Amino acid sequence: MAYSNKVIDHYENPRNVGSFPKDEANVGTGIVGAPECGDVMKLQLKINDAGVIEDARFKTFGCGSAIASSSYVTELVKGKNIEDALQVKNTHIVEELALPPVKIHCSVLAEDAIKAAINDWKKRHGGSSGEGQKAASNE
Amino acid sequence: MGRLVYMDNHATTPVDPRVLEAMLPYFSEKFGNAASRNHQFGWEAEAAVDQAREQIARLINAKAKEIIFTSGATESDNLAIKGVVDFYKDKGNHVITAVTEHKAVLDTCKALERAGKAQVTYLPVDKTGLVDPDDVRKAITDKTILISIMHANNEIGTIHPVLEIGKLAKGKGVLFHSDATQGVGKLPVDVESMGIDLVSLSAHKIYGPKGCGALYVRSKGPRVRLTPMMDGGGHERGMRSGTLNVPGIVGFAKACELCGLEMETEAARMLEMRERLREGICAQLDEVYLNGHPTHRLPGNLNLSFAFVEGESLLMGLKDIAVSSGSACTSATLEPSYVLKALGVGEVLAHTSIRFGLGRFNTMEDVDYVIERVVHEVRRLREISPLYEMAKEGVDLKSYSWAR
Repeated sequence: MAYSNKVIDHYENPRNVGSFPKDEANVGTGIVGAPECGDVMKLQLKINDAGVIEDARFKTFGCGSAIASSSYVTELVKGKNIEDALQVKNTHIVEELALPPVKIHCSVLAEDAIKAAINDWKKRHGGSSGEGQKAASNE
Repeated sequence: MGRLVYMDNHATTPVDPRVLEAMLPYFSEKFGNAASRNHQFGWEAEAAVDQAREQIARLINAKAKEIIFTSGATESDNLAIKGVVDFYKDKGNHVITAVTEHKAVLDTCKALERAGKAQVTYLPVDKTGLVDPDDVRKAITDKTILISIMHANNEIGTIHPVLEIGKLAKGKGVLFHSDATQGVGKLPVDVESMGIDLVSLSAHKIYGPKGCGALYVRSKGPRVRLTPMMDGGGHERGMRSGTLNVPGIVGFAKACELCGLEMETEAARMLEMRERLREGICAQLDEVYLNGHPTHRLPGNLNLSFAFVEGESLLMGLKDIAVSSGSACTSATLEPSYVLKALGVGEVLAHTSIRFGLGRFNTMEDVDYVIERVVHEVRRLREISPLYEMAKEGVDLKSYSWAR
């Protein structure tokens, strides 16, 4: 199985590898997958009070496609507000990285990681800033 | 560094130049059909095949006529198991094998079970991959007609106690088949002293061409009979019809001859390289685990699990080195290695395993290069790994509740 150039690029030059301190108030942490499945992704998003993702970090245990998917996602969501970030679909990742059918599940996990990180941030913020943002966009 | 290193010799091996040289005349010069009885071309091909039988038989202490040529070990496994089960069906239908056998044996057994033609006992192995001869003895019933246990395992290199199993089988009057694809030519395999009645062999694992293998079928003490799978002319004493792959057979024989001559020195060199590889990697990395038996193992085989680093990602990092992995991500069916699972290694360590298969054309320079690259990539991937981070923080990964 030959990898796409984009997957290779993300694998060899992963973007935003690392960690934020987990207990920082404006950091949302999502850990998805399981070691038994061969895929674990940790995605951390630094989200400001206006609900905009300022920065992101990832760490992944998994194949090249899993690493590439999570690396790509950190690039994708930076600068987005959380509502837009929640709209990211795994199909965007599949297309961008040209993932073959057998690796589509890696992109699904990456999508789940975004949701998990945002949900974690929301929990810590009691939904206040997030909802304020939502209310504003509904007007 | 710009070099490619092939270290996946359990998957296949390059054809030795001496083997290729021996084969070449049989393509366009001495191209006759070995079954053409009435002219020079046929006689020439037949003579080459006869000589090949001798050479191959010699490697396993068999008689030339006991060598049946097939398209490879997969076909030999099929022929041995299906052939015996059908021929001896009035005697019984029970087959004993082990969970770590090659798919060519396991899938054949499953097919026979599905067709209602056999009942199969799949024996477990211990955590180094060894079958216990006592388990074999206990599993034998008055309906048992065949035991099939491989000589050396292709994934973890563990060598089974074939001698004891052979004695056991003889004592109980049960036929003993061994898939010796990985061990023949690398270690002594003697059908007489080991009491084996059927042996599967393959050329492309011992620097011969692909598409050529053999099945040793004992002719005396006892005389083993089989129902053939291939009908059409009665070649190979009625056991396997079809025109013989003469160039392939000549190559196979040459490969066997070379193995016989070079076995001792080659095995010693493989062992030296393997131990250097293992020590070199383990000296620089922690949390590395050996899969398979530490000493009863093919000299060129090394199977290691690198905790916290998934196998396919490591293979991707080692892009100029050919090795393989037991990770689910590397298999077409997304299942982790069933051999590693059978060892009780656990799925997580199965996902992190890499199999190194050293061979005749590897050098110490290859080994040192691979050590350097493996250490570098494992360190890099551990920095990217959330599991390594969690383990360093003291999180018990086994009891952590994962959001699947």
